[in-house]
Amino acid sequence: MSERSETWMSETAVALPAPVVEMIGVRRFFPGPPEVQAIREVDLTIGQGEYLSIVGPSGSGKSTLLHLLGLLDNPTGGVYRLDGVDTMSLRERRRAVLRGERIGFVFQSFHLLDHRTVLENVALSMVYVGVPRRERMARARVALQRVGLAHRMDFAPTTLSGGERQRVAIARALVAEPSLLLADEPTGNLDSANAEAILEVFDELHHEGMTLAVITHDDHVSSRAQRQVRIVDGTLQW
Amino acid sequence: MAARPTRLILTTLGTVLGIAALVATVGLGQTASGQITQRFDLAAATRVVVQPEEKGGQEGEAATQLPWDAPDRIQRLNGVDAAGTVSTLDVGDDLVRSVAALDGQKDGHALKVMAGSAGLFDAVRAVLRTGRFFDAGHDRRADKVVVLGKHAASRLGVNRVDSQPAVFIGDEPYTVIGILDSVSGRAELNDAVIMPNGTAKTAYDLESPDAVEIRTQVGAAQLIAGQAPIAIQPNDPSTLNVDAPPKQGAVRKGVESDLNALFLLLGAVALLVGGLGIANVTLLSVLERISEIGLRRALGAARRHVAIQFLVESVIVGFLGGLLGTAVGVLLTVGVSWVRDWTPILDNRLAFGSPLLGAFIGLVAGTYPAWKASAIQPITALRGT
Repeated sequence: MSERSETWMSETAVALPAPVVEMIGVRRFFPGPPEVQAIREVDLTIGQGEYLSIVGPSGSGKSTLLHLLGLLDNPTGGVYRLDGVDTMSLRERRRAVLRGERIGFVFQSFHLLDHRTVLENVALSMVYVGVPRRERMARARVALQRVGLAHRMDFAPTTLSGGERQRVAIARALVAEPSLLLADEPTGNLDSANAEAILEVFDELHHEGMTLAVITHDDHVSSRAQRQVRIVDGTLQW
Repeated sequence: MAARPTRLILTTLGTVLGIAALVATVGLGQTASGQITQRFDLAAATRVVVQPEEKGGQEGEAATQLPWDAPDRIQRLNGVDAAGTVSTLDVGDDLVRSVAALDGQKDGHALKVMAGSAGLFDAVRAVLRTGRFFDAGHDRRADKVVVLGKHAASRLGVNRVDSQPAVFIGDEPYTVIGILDSVSGRAELNDAVIMPNGTAKTAYDLESPDAVEIRTQVGAAQLIAGQAPIAIQPNDPSTLNVDAPPKQGAVRKGVESDLNALFLLLGAVALLVGGLGIANVTLLSVLERISEIGLRRALGAARRHVAIQFLVESVIVGFLGGLLGTAVGVLLTVGVSWVRDWTPILDNRLAFGSPLLGAFIGLVAGTYPAWKASAIQPITALRGT
């Protein structure tokens, strides 16, 4: 991709409503030997309110793509703009802030802190964004009501079912009001009934205008999204 | 941290032991050296002697005479435990012997003959080997009784008093009523034959006491030294000389610093072990909580947030250990002192500084694990289950 076309695209980004995610020629190579080209030349745009699924077999590079999208990892090359902010030039501290403010994560294995209550787990995602404690608790309660877990607020996560835990994780991802909800195999550890409940939560969020990117190897999960992209050997196929 | 109370306790254990060792060893060191010096000094530190200004006045006489009631006057001062007069008698050529002299016989011992008030023995901490001291009654009646110093007794061959043995000073017989085992301060009493003042006045025309021996309460010696001349001689206190112990000396300081250097070294080694313990467990906790670290990074925590979290935890662990260790150390010091019947001595700075030292050790020990935690990449942390 030439420098000239990059300039052209950033100019249009000012004119049109900026997409949430804008990846141009993004690469991620892991130095070897042997060098692993996990992501080669990915161009991806996710507009506001879009519900996108990225599907691919294991080893296809989809986890690496998720980490790049979530600012958990740095591309080897290319351009990545999140909410119009060029993330390539940011220092680590600034990236952490951006990550906390703009991205909500939902993981396959939930990643809840076992020794905190459900409410505290949800409130945790606002700690590093600088929300005062009282407001954190209030917002966490609202988020838990939204995912239907108001009655579980003071429980330990270990006492919840897998589906409930994933809903706690979703509440945690939503409570800081991110621009993008990134889900990595969100139903991978769930039975089909619970998986269905989670997908319904995603549908609702989509209708409310949330931007979602779900990464999965499951075609059924993928089919619920508004738009699907397939990733094979580190490149996207439309 | 709070999630694993057992481990928290075990982690602090090293610091607890280290700080406790430090506090207890320093505390016991201070206490013990305090006791040693106290024992060395006790007799000397409580002894005050008052005597007239040296002879050398216009007529080559003592500048003044001590009154006979000097011990009574001294006894009224607050802080005096005992007081008594002591005098050396001029017995001319009189020898002391334990059997009556035959005509012209000149053998015998040239022993020192002294006189004292009844309070003298208490004032010089005299301990009896056998018999009794003379009392105010003997003094008043001028009874011909004597108490023998231990060396005097052995030279005279007197070692029992139950048969009321007599010794002769010149040709006069005196009944031996007691034999001394030890005295402190005025060692010449060990070599002397001691009679009551009243007897000495009659037999040797003793005009006034040579000196007043005073035993004060601990710590009162300086005060009594100032008050005694005025109490004895209110009109002219400057004509009296006072011997009083100097202030607590430099000897004690030397002993303390020697002991403490050793004890501090022991405590420092224990603390090093405690610090390594904290570092070790914090590192373990970092490894265990990799996924939590990853999650926090995903939620917007910068590297420094993660580092601070672990640092704060290790500082708290160190502080708790320091607090507990200080308590244990103080209890140990007090407990050992109680058992040994010592006065516990502990520097306040040590008691208040030790928990802070614990926190500092936690800070140092937590630095490497905290750095390690902050260097963890969120992607590694979130991978897997």
